[in-house]
Amino acid sequence: MYAFDIERPATVAEAAAALGNEDAQALGGGQTLIPTLKQRLASPEKLVSLTGVAEMQGITSNGGTLTIGGAVTHADVAGDGSYKALSELASNIGDPAVRNRGTIGGSLANNDPSACYPAAALASGATIVTNTREIAADDYFVGLFETALDEGEIITAVKFPIPQKANYQKFLQPASRFALVGVFVAVTADGVRVAVTGASNEGVHRWTAAEDALSANFSADALDGLSVSADDLIADLHGSAEYRAHLVAVMTKRAVAAAS
Amino acid sequence: MPKDGGIGAPTRRREDVRFLTGTGQYSDDMNVYGQTVAVFARSTVANGVIKSIDTSAAAAMPGVLAVFTGEDFVDVGGNPAGWLINSRDGEPMKEPKRPVLAHGKVRHVGDAYAAVIAETTEQAKDAVEAIEVDIEELPAVVNMKDALSSTNYVHDEIGTNQCFDWGWIEDNRAATDAAIKGAHHVTTLELVNNRLVPNAMEPRCSMAQYNRANDEYTLHTTSQNPHLTRLLISAFVLGIPENKLTVIAPDVGGGFGSKIYHYGEEALVLAAAKKIGRPVKWTSDRTEAFLTDAHGRDHVTTIELALDAEGKFLAFRTETMANVGAYLSNFSTATPTFLHGTLMAGNYTVPNVYVNVKAVFTNTAPVDAYRGAGRPEATFSLERVIDKAAREIGMDPIELRRKNFIKPDQYPFASAAGLEYDSGNYDALMDQMEKVADVAGFEARRKASEKNGKLRGFGVNAYIEACGIAPSNLVGVLGSRVGLYDAATVRVNATGNLSVMVGAHSHGQGHETAFPQVVAEMLGIDPQSIDIVHGDTSKIPFGMGTYGSRSLAVCGSAVVRATEKIINKAKKIAAHMLEASDGDIELTDGVFSVAGTDKSVTFGEVALKAYIPHEFPLEDIEPGLEETAFYDPANFTYPSGAYCCEVEVDPDTGKVSVERMTAVDDFGNVINPMIVTGQVHGGLGQGIGQALLENTTYDENGQLLSASYMDYVMPRADDLPFYTVDHSQGNACTHNPLGVKGCGEAGAIGSPPTVVNAVIDALQSGGKNVTHIDMPMTPHRVWSAMQNA
Repeated sequence: MYAFDIERPATVAEAAAALGNEDAQALGGGQTLIPTLKQRLASPEKLVSLTGVAEMQGITSNGGTLTIGGAVTHADVAGDGSYKALSELASNIGDPAVRNRGTIGGSLANNDPSACYPAAALASGATIVTNTREIAADDYFVGLFETALDEGEIITAVKFPIPQKANYQKFLQPASRFALVGVFVAVTADGVRVAVTGASNEGVHRWTAAEDALSANFSADALDGLSVSADDLIADLHGSAEYRAHLVAVMTKRAVAAAS
Repeated sequence: MPKDGGIGAPTRRREDVRFLTGTGQYSDDMNVYGQTVAVFARSTVANGVIKSIDTSAAAAMPGVLAVFTGEDFVDVGGNPAGWLINSRDGEPMKEPKRPVLAHGKVRHVGDAYAAVIAETTEQAKDAVEAIEVDIEELPAVVNMKDALSSTNYVHDEIGTNQCFDWGWIEDNRAATDAAIKGAHHVTTLELVNNRLVPNAMEPRCSMAQYNRANDEYTLHTTSQNPHLTRLLISAFVLGIPENKLTVIAPDVGGGFGSKIYHYGEEALVLAAAKKIGRPVKWTSDRTEAFLTDAHGRDHVTTIELALDAEGKFLAFRTETMANVGAYLSNFSTATPTFLHGTLMAGNYTVPNVYVNVKAVFTNTAPVDAYRGAGRPEATFSLERVIDKAAREIGMDPIELRRKNFIKPDQYPFASAAGLEYDSGNYDALMDQMEKVADVAGFEARRKASEKNGKLRGFGVNAYIEACGIAPSNLVGVLGSRVGLYDAATVRVNATGNLSVMVGAHSHGQGHETAFPQVVAEMLGIDPQSIDIVHGDTSKIPFGMGTYGSRSLAVCGSAVVRATEKIINKAKKIAAHMLEASDGDIELTDGVFSVAGTDKSVTFGEVALKAYIPHEFPLEDIEPGLEETAFYDPANFTYPSGAYCCEVEVDPDTGKVSVERMTAVDDFGNVINPMIVTGQVHGGLGQGIGQALLENTTYDENGQLLSASYMDYVMPRADDLPFYTVDHSQGNACTHNPLGVKGCGEAGAIGSPPTVVNAVIDALQSGGKNVTHIDMPMTPHRVWSAMQNA
């Protein structure tokens, strides 16, 4: 990697100030950024580590809402258990080394089109809390590796309304073990929300036709005859667009059947 | 003492203590005063003309000590092919030069065209980025079929992309054609044996030191055969006299074939160490390993099987294109030919076999031997077409194989592909497999899977391989440019412990445990008093290293021969000490005694006497107790096996899960059954990886799409089932003193067709008329096959 400076702020305010420098880059758990640096594919002058920011730690449950600090690791979310489907999702991200370092804020800020957390946030109707504002998940995910975050904006927490029922089904990309296709289904007071990751060139997105069908009748059978178009889905050496479209339907059915 | 540590004991591997506690010493652990770092500039295009290279800016960068380009090596030799293959028309194969650094042209992504030596890795990398190179990209030759008809040549000077067009056995061709023409039934199958990246856990690493005082070089390097590496560097590439070059391969973290070969990086660090007068180390990163380690397999084959009305095999005819990549690696021409074509009669009495192999240059990484090396390709073709034939003629696949097996009373058996099998009993292997795998219970398990919405399939396979890659006389006739014996020196120290210097190299095989078991058994002493020395040309006799499941059969036999010499001499010393004649001395449990008396001396007393030869009959016996033997066997060894597996296929996603895997092998005699079981486990993991997961993919521009673990699928524990491994059905090899056959590659040979056969069976059971799916059988491929069925 290229040489860089590193700062370890203790507060969000210090972190935001540090990120105000040109060519500064926020560092969460580093599970994407560090390999990128090792390949010399990025050359930030300064890394601002967020893992020492006390305000971004901790998980709290309050009135049906689970608030997870932006620097909380996947392992801690996996061990929490108060939002079962979310903890299960976290327990299946990467491997133990990844889960012990990677953070929810880092994952959502990176918005990898095959990552798991974006599906949970979008399907749950989560709120992304930053150092300057709150952003609804529906407004947050803009596209491939693109979010509504401004330059230097920090995810300090994520608020998840805990659904009545939910489940996440991930079909593994067998090498990276990201989602080849992942579907998160959540039954909320306002209806069913279905979020799909891994499939689209546009990144995580909702499958509204399935949401309508499931809001009327929450059963796998309600999805019979529904399919997603392969247009603009990802095609790579692990699967064609058509295969991914097929898997979206299969994984959605499985998530509905397993929702609890 | 040897009773719990001699031949046949499942002794735990003593070397694992250091491997598992972080005290192994690998090449990259060798750090010496004044050491510098080499980093290579590598082509990002698959095919291109180097119009210019300007290294002046790089050379002026901080910490940079030297910069090399291909121009610096135009006057030294190329890295040669170790095996000469002649085409059907008698013409020798095409052998374009493989230079230390690319010169004039780059021929695959990762091809090194320059190298920087600097104080630190980061400084060297910065300087590599400062090299100004103008490479004019040309269209890449990637697909073998296109390569054969193209006038876009990987090597312009040879005017073709075909290395050779080999026929085996050319004299059998007409008879094979006639047998197929007149057959009752002919089954044809087109298949791909997918390219694999070896992925040894330890990447390659080479560290060179040059001693100006005596003009001597020392190279620590990740090699499976340090003497062969030294020979290639000395005789072909740099011309360093062999007695001025020590090659040390210390602990090596896996090879699977990829560390047999000499690579240009080794020559570069040697030349650089001399030029700058300081040690130079290069350590491959994982990306370099993907791009430049010699890959494995990569055959495209059409095979035909002709049968009579009763299901007797009449002929196998094979046409194969074998990818050799951009340059000939040392054994790349032997692998698809003599390690492949000679096995194309399998375990069968088939009278006619003909194999045609066209080796093809492409703008991809070189391809060479990888665990099994040619024999997995042979077994895969045979056992897939046999399975397809069984389905076509409506015969049980086990019955069809049994009907054609060579029977135990037919040995030695001259196969139609030119080998003489010494021993075996394929029906007994199949019997044992049916028993331990509970084949009779399969239908009940299939019904249980169906209840869970899964398609269950059963697949079977019988294999034979040729191991103990050796007989120099035989391989010499077949075109080998090296001999293939091995050597051992047994040194009894004065205090009675032993150092055994072996030409074989252990990089996962457990030699440090297994070889002492052999010596301990013969001498009747504690195996813990015996240490193996390997991997250092300054310490060991000239041996050919480890590959082709040869170590125990060839080098182990040399150990036996040297130990026999030790026993003979020790008996003479004991006879002198006991005032008896040599012929009356018996060795039992480490004690020499005079037959019929209570007079005895221990092995330790004899050892001491040998080195403190007071009152020694120097006219009859030399002092010391050290013997060397070179062993060159009479034939290959022929391990064989019967494998089966059961898979479940998820019909909704195409995902395959291997539920059961049974390997019953005839390895002859077994020295350490636990190590053998471990070797089979490793092979099965790699074979299942090939069948289901490992997906080396170049795009049409010659870019390796699966160049990291984010895309290349290595098997992980949860991809694999618990195995049933059985080696109870051994038939001793008839021509080596241990009666051993070799076990290192069996699992990787026997498992791929077994898994594919099972998946096809599963799909057929679900009413899908799928007759073949190419490996790796990814979920996407299996699902697509079901959609089209």
